[in-house]
Formats: sequence, C-alpha cells, structure tokens
Amino acid sequence: MKDFARLIKKLDSTNKTTEKVAALTAYFQMANDEDKLWTIAILSHRRPKRPVNTSLLRIWATEISGIPLWLFEESYHIVGDLAETIALILPSKAQTEETTKSLSQFILEIIELRTLPEEEKKKYLHENWLALNYFERFVFNKIITGSFRIGVSQKLMTRALSKATEIDEDILAYKLMGDWTPQKTTFKKLILEHNEEDYLSKPYPFYLAYAVEDNFQEDLGSISDWSFEHKWDGIRSQVIIRNDEVFVWSRGEELVTDKYPEFQKFLSVIPNGTVIDGEILPFGNGEIGNFNALQTRIGRKNLSKALLEKTPVILNAYDLLEWNGEDIRQMPFLERRKILDNLIQGIDSLENGIYLSETMTFNTWEEATAERELSREKRSEGLMLKRKDSPYLVGRKKGDWWKWKIDPFTIDAVLTYAMRGHGRRANLYTDYTFGLWHEGELVTFAKAYSGLTDAEFRQVDAWIKRNTLERFGPVRSVTPHHVFEIAFEGIAESSRHKSGVATRFPRILRWRKDKRIEEANTLDDLKALIPK
Amino acid sequence: MYQPLLVFNEKGIYCQQADVYIDAWKPVDKCIITHGHADHSRWGHKKYITHKNNVPIIKHRLGEIVVSGKEWNESFTINGVKFSLHPAGHIVASSQVRVEYKGEVWVFTGDFKTENDGIAEPFELVKCNTFITECTFGIPAFKWTPQEEVFSDINNWWVANRAENKTSVLFGYSLGKAQRLLKHLDPNIGKIYTHGAIENMTQVLRENYDFHQTTRVTRDTKKEDLLGNIVLAPPSAHGGTWIRKMVPFVTASASGWMTFRGARRRRAIDRGFVLSDHADWDGLLTTVKETAAEKVIATHGYTEIFSRYLREEMGLDARTEKTQYEEEGSETLKKEEDDISPSLSGTTQAKFNEDE
Repeated sequence: MKDFARLIKKLDSTNKTTEKVAALTAYFQMANDEDKLWTIAILSHRRPKRPVNTSLLRIWATEISGIPLWLFEESYHIVGDLAETIALILPSKAQTEETTKSLSQFILEIIELRTLPEEEKKKYLHENWLALNYFERFVFNKIITGSFRIGVSQKLMTRALSKATEIDEDILAYKLMGDWTPQKTTFKKLILEHNEEDYLSKPYPFYLAYAVEDNFQEDLGSISDWSFEHKWDGIRSQVIIRNDEVFVWSRGEELVTDKYPEFQKFLSVIPNGTVIDGEILPFGNGEIGNFNALQTRIGRKNLSKALLEKTPVILNAYDLLEWNGEDIRQMPFLERRKILDNLIQGIDSLENGIYLSETMTFNTWEEATAERELSREKRSEGLMLKRKDSPYLVGRKKGDWWKWKIDPFTIDAVLTYAMRGHGRRANLYTDYTFGLWHEGELVTFAKAYSGLTDAEFRQVDAWIKRNTLERFGPVRSVTPHHVFEIAFEGIAESSRHKSGVATRFPRILRWRKDKRIEEANTLDDLKALIPK
Repeated sequence: MYQPLLVFNEKGIYCQQADVYIDAWKPVDKCIITHGHADHSRWGHKKYITHKNNVPIIKHRLGEIVVSGKEWNESFTINGVKFSLHPAGHIVASSQVRVEYKGEVWVFTGDFKTENDGIAEPFELVKCNTFITECTFGIPAFKWTPQEEVFSDINNWWVANRAENKTSVLFGYSLGKAQRLLKHLDPNIGKIYTHGAIENMTQVLRENYDFHQTTRVTRDTKKEDLLGNIVLAPPSAHGGTWIRKMVPFVTASASGWMTFRGARRRRAIDRGFVLSDHADWDGLLTTVKETAAEKVIATHGYTEIFSRYLREEMGLDARTEKTQYEEEGSETLKKEEDDISPSLSGTTQAKFNEDE
C-alpha cells in the first residue's frame, strides 16, 4: 500500500505525461503480480464495489474527528472531493507501527468488508484510518468510494505497462478490454499469456476521431481520397457475434448486451466471427429519433415491454473489425466497408434492426459542405471523414478519421444559480444554471460548467461570492446580472424539465459582457429552435 | 443608547469615539494599518498609523504618505480611546489592534497566525471582550504541519531538482511568504535567486530583518546560471514569459491553499507545499477561546461556517461582518500587486489583493 500511495502521490504531483509514464513504469517493474493487477484494474475503472455507503462514511469520519455533521458537509462542498475531505478532517495518524499490508491485501479486505455487519465495518475503517498517513488515507478512501480520477488515462497506463512488459501497446489495449476482474484472473494470464477462451467476448479498442482543424480542406489532400458519412448521435457500440452469442459493448468499455435485447436477432442473420462497429440509435416510426428518447433507456435497470415498444433501437453499422473470425482492422477502410455493405444489404434491415451508415463521396468541398448543411434535417451531428485506405486504429489518433460537426445552436441566457465545482475546480463556483425570460421571470433552462477560460471562471467566481442572494447548501442564487451565450447540440420537448425543453450538451460559448439581462433570449425563442 | 466601540461602515472598521478607522478600504482621514498587504493598507488616507517596522513597507508600496510608527504595546490615546498594537505573527510587522474605552476591550486581528515562523514577531494573545477575527482557513480541513517539516520537504525538493540539473521555481507572495521561505531555505544547497518584485521588497525589509544573500534575476541572467539553483517568484510570474528562460524548471507553490489537490492542479503547479501565514482551524479555535471574548465577529474567510460553529458548538455570541478584505476562498482573487507602481495602485484602487 505504501508503494501504491507513493505512486499515486507522484502521479498527482506532476503535470508532465513523460514523468507520469516513468513513475508508472517503475512501479510496474517493482510491484508484485497481485498489486500490479489491481493497479491496472483500478486505473481502468474496475474497482471493487463500494463496501460502505457514503453517508455512513461521513458519519463515522465526523464521529472520530469530533465535528458536527453539518460542518463536515460544508467542508466537503469546499474541498470538492469526499475521499479528500475525510482524509483531511480525521485526526493525525496515531504514532503506532507503519502499515505493512499490500495494496491487494487492502483491496481484498475492502471486498470482504462489504459482507460484514455495520459495527465491524466501522471498526475496520476506524483502525485503518488512524494507521495511515494523510496521503495513504486519501488513496484508501478513494478505493472505498470508487471515483479514482487522478489524471491517468487508461492509454497512459497502457503505455507504461507496455514499457515495463515490452508487449506492444495496441496488443495490451486489446488484452485489457472486456469484463475481466482481478479476482477471476492473474497478471500472468491476463497480460503475459495468450488464452483463446478469454477472447470470446472481447471487443477491439475503439478508433476515435478528432474534430477537423481550421482550413482542414487544404491539409487533407485530394477529396477523392476521402469517404464521407453522417455523424450520428446515439451510443457508439461494438457488436460481437461469436460462438452463437451476441455481445454489445459501449465505448466506455461497458458490456451492455442486456440493454438491447432486440440485437439477439442478429444471431440468425450474421455469421459467427463478426465484429461490427456502429451507433445505437433510437428508431421509432421508421425514422431516427432524438437522443433523448435513447436516454430513457440507458438508465433503466429493467426494460419493460412497454419501454421496448415505445423506444425501439437499431444498430447503424459503420465498420467491420472482424470477419470470419479474423481481425481485419489492417485492411483498408473501403475494403472493410465492401464486406460490411455486402453483409448488411443481404439482411432485411427493418425486420432485424440493423442498418448501414451510408457512405458518400464528393467531387468538391462545396458539395460536401452542402451535404453538411443538411445534417440537422437528417438528425445527424455533421459529417465524418474517413480516408479510404485507412486501417482501423486504436484510440484517438489524428490523420485518417475526422469529425466535421455542424455549428451548435446558441442562445443568450442569464446566470441565475451557481454551485461549487469538483476536482481541480474545487472551492470555485464553476457550475452554473441559466435562465431565459418567460412572462417577466427567468425560467431555468440549462446547466453548464464548461466553456470559460480559467481566468474567466475566477472572475465569475469572485463576482458570485459578492453577489449571492441566497445559499442552499452548495448552491447559491445570484443577482441576475450576467448574460452568457450558451451553445448546445440538440433540442427537444421534454416533460421532465421545468422549461419544457431539453437541450443536449449545453456549454458556455462566451460571456456576453456587452449585453444587459433584458437583452437575453426568451423561452419562446428557445422553443422556436425545436425541429418541427 | 449603546454605541459599539467599533462599527463596520462603507469605508472600513470605524471607531466613532476616536474618529479613527482600521484598515479602511476607502480613503479616510486617519487610519490604523495592521499590515502591509494591499487589501489592508490602501492608498489615499490622509494619515497612517502603523507599527514602525511596517512604515518602510507601506512607504515602498504607497509612495509618499504621512505615517507615524508605533512600538509594540505602546499605547496612544485619541479622544479618550486607548489604542495599542500587538504582534499578529502573520507577516513581518503585522499587528493586531487593541482598542480600549471605558474598561471595554476590543481586538481586531487583521490577519494572524499562531505558529512562530522565525521572522514575523510571534503572535501575542490579547484578552478582550469582543474579538474581531479573520477566518481565512476556518474549516476543519485545514491543519498545518509544523514548519520544520515543511521546510525540510522544500529543501529536499530543491536537492532532488538540483540532482536532475533543473531549476527550482518556488512561488510565494512577495511580501511575507517570500521572506519566510528565504529565511528557511538552506543556502548550502545552492544559490538563491529572486524575481524583481521579491528582491525589491526584501531589500526594504533588510533594514530591520536578517536574510540569506539573494541574487536578482535580470535580463543578463543566463539559463545555465540558474540550473540547480532556486528562484523565488511571485505567483503572477507563473505562466508568463519571464519564467520561460528557466527551462528546464520544476515549479512549486507554498500556500495554505495547497491543502487541496484541486487548487494545485488548477494552477498546473508540480508540487504544492502546505505553508500558510494564517491560523489553521485549531489555531483559530484556540485563539478565540484564550482571548476569553464573549463576543466574536468573523470578518473575512469562511465567516458563515466559522461563526455558526462558535455559536452552536462553543456557545459564543458570534456573528459575521462584511469587509472588503479577501473573501471566502479568496485564493482566486489574489492578485500580485507588485508590478503596479505606487502611483498606479492609487488610481486603480486595487480592490482585492494578495494576502496568503
């Protein structure tokens, strides 16, 4: 545990990627196999289930610290991180012996803890909190509470692991995909050995596109080298058909097969040894629906029949990664698409819920631009550009795939409420609520917390602290004074929102210091943007 | 009708009986100044009263002013009200102000810390009836470690950077924190360089205080000269062009706000040392208790939270007052004023300024 805490501290105390990789590599070269495996698991979001709910954690931490619960809550709003708050308010480490338990030992205890009665849990936490120094305590709390965001991406971790093991990075990325857990495998089995069986449900790492840059047309060479598609707004997924089983993976590496029972039909029309990259889209009445429709399905644990009927989904196929059991990612895009097109065209799309994302070619950028203009009408987010001869790469890479999104919707709204942020924005008011005029009042229509520069956030934060009307825990209402231009990707009617309108991915485009609040838009202006 | 000895009006903390302000934020006739940070010593008062060691500091910052310097514990009476200054331990020459009239005693802390930092005259506890206190770090998440440990970490950090042939750049406010750092850096490790703002302020302080030798970073300073050595710089130098010539460098900040991981990450600083010139949670509580005050007024910092705790958990008559000193979580407002010349700072009436 000492070594792991030291690693996390080191990762936490540098902003330089090379230093983070070096620290991780050194750790992977030194740690034992169990600790290595758990480190990989933690850094790839495979944590043990939370053994104690957070309200108990708060209560116990305040009991030991001798402070009232309200003071803990106030401190938490300011610190912005539960694990950190607990580590800070607890009394200093008892001057007893140093802990000698390893990371994996701690984690196994934490897993075990889940099954113990409350009193035992409390005792365990109490003892361990006081035996750890501040940073070890913080790491221990992080393992317990779950959210381990410390500025180390899976990609970075994979790079370090590759350096330590001398196994190719892309191969490691593939080995680390899927639903393995440290309890069901070993470092040797997962990383070092090749094991056919493990590969049954394993997806390929997704290839992700960057947004086009300014004047990209000049940099991309001849337009005839490029294949175009619409960029659909759904859930990017990989559908695997192997050994008469269907597996559906989301881009966040989550196995979501159960959420899409309609895809079981693929078994009868798609041969084993096929992996398709595509987008899950809501598809009612024979046309692509709004992303909001899909959201009603994402969060549900149990899918009722009524819901399945109300919000059917389809797979819109983009690419073919495996065919006849063979990894064909190195094949040029056009050739992969040829096989995919052949496959899907032989299937009744309406009956089986699988469609082809249509590819297009253009002779001039003017033609391409004209097609992009139609995006909103076609319910797409813009165009995707794929180099015709490109292989399917791993992760976000520049060069062969680009996204060329349409400009977002925008509206001018008034800042009405503010909340303190988390992580690097802890103790700063950075999460804002915006209102639009309706019958002489400001009606909340969206929350946004990105889009301003650090300097602007500091200015707004300072202003908020001086212009607070009321406090509600971490939230403050402020004097309506500032107008911000809010951008968003999609808009739809919604009964779940007070304004009657739901917007997708709202964010701040700019601070309209030139506008008075009377000049902000109205709710009717917003509603006029809803596609008819 | 009972008239409180000190009131908070739109200009500052005011004693009507003596017609004197303390740390006023708008120009007034007569003002007692607790310390040299710009949110407490503003431009434009007709007459300044402060500790004698603070005179050169505020003169350096405010230019030609009419000022009278006092000794610690030296009382001066204005219209029957007895005033005296007592060490606050915040930075060099920082005072608490004791105000006594007809047997009633009020104390205003300005900013203070209870730990003896080795340069600032150590905090003196002053008993009083009403205690007006700052509470910049008034939540229990703030607990300082003894400065010996922090300085040992800082010197070790410097040694490690030197071993990698990198320049160590350590950020701290040019008045107070920079000299505290300077005092405890180990000059046997290497040479100590300073940013101009810090060098100028340190020169002013050398009149009354002893510091290690420093070398100003100038246009002629070569990158090779700096490698392995340490540079003390104000936080405003981070991210500017000035620092670029120091590549390869490693940055660190010494501040109470470094308690929060988020605060350090937000500033993109490599290393954060938790070192504050304010009292921590326990320091605030102990001080409040030991003053034996019946009434407490929390001014700047986490005032609402701190006074609620005093009321509910300690049974004190505690309330808050609005001031124009640093606000809650004011790390974000801090602005290095050193680049502003005295005449400029007058016209801009710099509202929020450095403290921590």
